[in-house]
Amino acid sequence: MIWVDTLVQGILLGGLYALFAAGLSLVFGIMRLVNLAHGDLIVLGAYLILVVVSATGMNPIFAAAVAAPVMFAIGWTLQKVVLNRTLGEDILPPLLVTFGLSIVLQNALLEGFSADSQRIGFGALETASVPLGPVTVGVLPLMTFGTAVLTILVLNQIFYRTAIGRAFRATSDDATTASLMGIRPARVFATATGLAMVVVTIAALYLGTRANFDPSIGPARLIYAFEAVIIGGLGSLWGTLAGGIIIGVAQTLGAAINPEWQILAGHLAFLIVLLVRPRGLFPRGKD
Amino acid sequence: MTPYAVSTRTPASSVALTLGIALVVVLYVAPLFASRGLIQDLFFILTMLTLAQFWNLLAGYGGLVSVGQQAFVGIGAYALFGGVILGAMDPVAAILLSGVAALVLAIPTAFFAFRLQGAYFAIGTWVIAEVARLSIAQWKALGGGTGTSLPREAMREMMLTDWIGTVFDVRASAARDILAYWLALTLAVATIAGIYWLLRTKRGLALAAVRDNMEAAKSVGVDASRMKWVVFLTSAFGTGVAGGVIYLQKARISPDAAFSVTDWTAYVIFIVVIGGIGTIEGPILGVLAFFLLQSLLSDYGSWYLMILGLIGIVVMLFAPRGLWGLISDRTGLQLFPIRRRLTGGKIED
Repeated sequence: MIWVDTLVQGILLGGLYALFAAGLSLVFGIMRLVNLAHGDLIVLGAYLILVVVSATGMNPIFAAAVAAPVMFAIGWTLQKVVLNRTLGEDILPPLLVTFGLSIVLQNALLEGFSADSQRIGFGALETASVPLGPVTVGVLPLMTFGTAVLTILVLNQIFYRTAIGRAFRATSDDATTASLMGIRPARVFATATGLAMVVVTIAALYLGTRANFDPSIGPARLIYAFEAVIIGGLGSLWGTLAGGIIIGVAQTLGAAINPEWQILAGHLAFLIVLLVRPRGLFPRGKD
Repeated sequence: MTPYAVSTRTPASSVALTLGIALVVVLYVAPLFASRGLIQDLFFILTMLTLAQFWNLLAGYGGLVSVGQQAFVGIGAYALFGGVILGAMDPVAAILLSGVAALVLAIPTAFFAFRLQGAYFAIGTWVIAEVARLSIAQWKALGGGTGTSLPREAMREMMLTDWIGTVFDVRASAARDILAYWLALTLAVATIAGIYWLLRTKRGLALAAVRDNMEAAKSVGVDASRMKWVVFLTSAFGTGVAGGVIYLQKARISPDAAFSVTDWTAYVIFIVVIGGIGTIEGPILGVLAFFLLQSLLSDYGSWYLMILGLIGIVVMLFAPRGLWGLISDRTGLQLFPIRRRLTGGKIED
């Protein structure tokens, strides 16, 4: 029974990691951009929601809705002004620029909000639980997982059913040919990063309500997110969800055996998958 | 008619060589006149320079952008501590163990990481370093997650410290700093000389060819995957030895510090990029710029790091070839020339 419980908790945790990873997967899939500041951007989103909540006292979900357009604007501008200049064959420029950004963000948040850990209050929801077959699960983890599935569903609809989604796919496949067809890659990329930042805001909501956070926790979240994206395969959002679940289940199983093995087990699962499938489980196209 | 000759030497490089040798001699005798603080600063500069040269060899010449070099610093440092604490070795002799341990870790790492390309390679190496950190934290004999110190007796009886203490008339702790400084200096000089030598050999030519265009290099018979192995293992060995020397001086270790991605990879990447990637001069200039920034701004705490991050972004966007790139573009100066030039000979009518 305890194993079923562990498995269910692992899958739900995987939902959180998939949320962390969905924005990254979008950006990585469309422009091959390795954004090392992604984790810190999630933390930035969490602080933004916290500020809105403490200023107006509104429900965190509505606060996230307020924060989302702001994050979209930040992402759009960041891509248009800075990151577009780094794209190309060489992976070093985006790596270094986003790493610099990560340091700037961490220390700016440290300067603005101090190193004290914070939490976005969610009232009774924080501890509520429901019976689910033989096990009992928290409402918040269940919501997290549901949101992750819904987010990926919506992103996939945007990707395959809308004009902007077609533009995303076209630029991802061949930016030069796409620009011959009247698409402006620089704008498409900016919109993609803006959209990714909306997803980041959703991830930030759950990061901030589920546990304490402080300005320094971004990079650890980043590494789980990357693992989920790579396990899933480039450009496959459902793959990212599967990747998140694999990391989540491996971590809870590891922790059930020995609490010190939680993180290690997640990393080992990642290495094993890559050893068998170097391009991930469901790679969409050629890298 | 003068015969044709292929040479790499330029007048500037001859001057640089002479000045370089003089500088190294001065640095070796520096403990005679330098304060202990200065020796410690120089130690920091020299060890960071070594790490930067090896990362530059990996990324700048080998095209292998690793974010996991802290794995080799950490495993090297822990091998040294293991040799001293569990094997009762002399700390200086145990440095060799650092290099060997890094090499042993590098072989499976390479088998795994070479299956990955570009960004996947970068993330893969980072995860491997995390696995190494978390695994070492399970090793209770070496302090587990909280870490441990080098035993006092081992530090007291370390080779050469008595001799240094008598010759320079300093206390044991200062003598250990001088010893560590000499080791770091020797390592840095050997690293630069070794990499320069490697780049001027046929292998170096192959390496530059692979860096510039892998397909073209393969088509003229260069074994690109073998070059990757050579570069990766060399860098791992050197980085491991540097890790051993760094923690010999610190004498206190913990997994979080020894496997720190910020200290041993991020700062190192910063140094290489600021100075100029793909050149030997770049990391030298970069480490000096980094040290200068640190001494000027470190009192400002988080502002210092913000400025460091911004400088990294600005340099990458507007001067991607770094400080040395700016200098050599304007002056054509090359202190460590590797380009082969044809001299002599004349077209007869």
